[in-house]
Amino acid sequence: MTIVMWVLKRDLLLAMRRKSDVLTTLFFFVIMVSLFPLGVGPEPQLLKAMGPGVLWVAALLASMLSLGRLFAADHGDGTLEQMLLCPESLALIVLAKTAVHWIASELPLVLMAPLLGLQFGLSGDALWVLALSLLLGTPVLSLVGAIGASLTLGLRGGGVLVSLLVLPLYIPVLIFGAGAVDANASGLGAGGHLSLLGALLVLALLATPKAAAAALRISLE
Amino acid sequence: MNWENVSQFLHMGGYGFYVWGSFGLSFALLALELLLLSVRRRTLLKRLGQIQRLNTP
Amino acid sequence: MSTINWYKYASPASFYGLAGKMIPGFAALSGILFIVGLYIGFFVAPTDAQQGEAYRIIFIHVPAAWMSMFIYVIMAIYAGIGLAFNTRLSSMMAQALAPTGALFCSIALFTGAFWGKPMWGAWWVWDARLTSQLILFFLYIGFISLQAAIDDPKRSDRAGALIALVGVVNVPIIYFSVKWWNTLHQGASINLTRAPSMAHTMLAGMLIMALACWMYAIAVTLYRVRLVILERERHSTWVAQLLKDMK
Repeated sequence: MTIVMWVLKRDLLLAMRRKSDVLTTLFFFVIMVSLFPLGVGPEPQLLKAMGPGVLWVAALLASMLSLGRLFAADHGDGTLEQMLLCPESLALIVLAKTAVHWIASELPLVLMAPLLGLQFGLSGDALWVLALSLLLGTPVLSLVGAIGASLTLGLRGGGVLVSLLVLPLYIPVLIFGAGAVDANASGLGAGGHLSLLGALLVLALLATPKAAAAALRISLE
Repeated sequence: MNWENVSQFLHMGGYGFYVWGSFGLSFALLALELLLLSVRRRTLLKRLGQIQRLNTP
Repeated sequence: MSTINWYKYASPASFYGLAGKMIPGFAALSGILFIVGLYIGFFVAPTDAQQGEAYRIIFIHVPAAWMSMFIYVIMAIYAGIGLAFNTRLSSMMAQALAPTGALFCSIALFTGAFWGKPMWGAWWVWDARLTSQLILFFLYIGFISLQAAIDDPKRSDRAGALIALVGVVNVPIIYFSVKWWNTLHQGASINLTRAPSMAHTMLAGMLIMALACWMYAIAVTLYRVRLVILERERHSTWVAQLLKDMK
């Protein structure tokens, strides 16, 4: 357990020191979302209907773009190879790294999303559901993304490749996440969607760290 | 028998374009796969032959 | 009772020869089945009461869709065996299956469009089945491009196996989520059942076409796996001997 704690502390510290990384992802998200009204026109009714989907797709892309940072630094300086050798379960270490990654690059998006939702004229209720769905959904994105990030470690063109691998797997999260806000708006209640997102999160927590650990071993052997 | 003559067969009750389009394109793609595979085999054998000639003086 | 030593054929060198002997049989079988299937599809199966002649697209669309899903599962199984037991040949089989699977997937997609245009009035409808088929195509593309991006064959095999297994676990989740999404957004798609009145001859034609596609897939995969074996084993003595014999 000590090594996992150490990884958590160290990665958090590193994330705090590299604030610009956090801000880049956040601003990518903001810019991405702001482009849509410029592209489709300022019609309030249309924007209100599109809002949840746009915010979710932007969150997906921002999450995918930040995946490169998950293992790259540790791979570059050889820390990752040391981690492979240590007796602690690699899956737990991967889980710790993914958790810090989520805090550093996705939690800011979750906090920012309601503000951007206002630009799309979402109601107060819908903003809550949006934030909640992102809170449940974005960890799944990080966890699934960790598999893609470890498989493409050190490959040329890894950034584009990871999008091909990971985006199709993100689709269920997108459907349930954006669907939660839609369901709330249409008066159906978002409970069903949110519990499905929760189920996906539990599944991802159980399965993906092991798969990502296996992928790391494949990539580094 | 469904068809009385060839033109009726080709016409497909007004859906000729769609029916023949899907079957034609499908089989064209399968044929393309076979063609690409045989090209790949030929270039591979050529390359391997060259490598072998270089290795045997 | 004579027993065949199956392990002998697990080595790429002997499988290369065996595959070469099996290809003509499967190819001939596929050709015959295609002819019988097309004959049934066009001359025996009656005109559909609701869809007229347009329904005949079913005889290529559904078999292609079946094959694309079936090949993905078989590919993942081969890849998984390769990952678990470190058998090179099964990894090569997975690699050889992927392009054919992606091909059937694209056939299913555009024949779906050709069918949708006269029936739904639009080339593309975000119907649950079409959408899942599109996502399956993306999964194939991911697998193929990951393997293509890695130069080291061992890493390429194992990385491909992992993403194929992750994909196969995700396919039911994706299918369920797309169906869920589709039922919530009714209106876009008229729920058109595949075959309103499935006559026996229609079913027979479809099954025979599916078998023909299956045999085609086996023949092409064996052909491709032979090329993969040659590429991978080009430095071995048996390939050198083979090339000498060819001249």
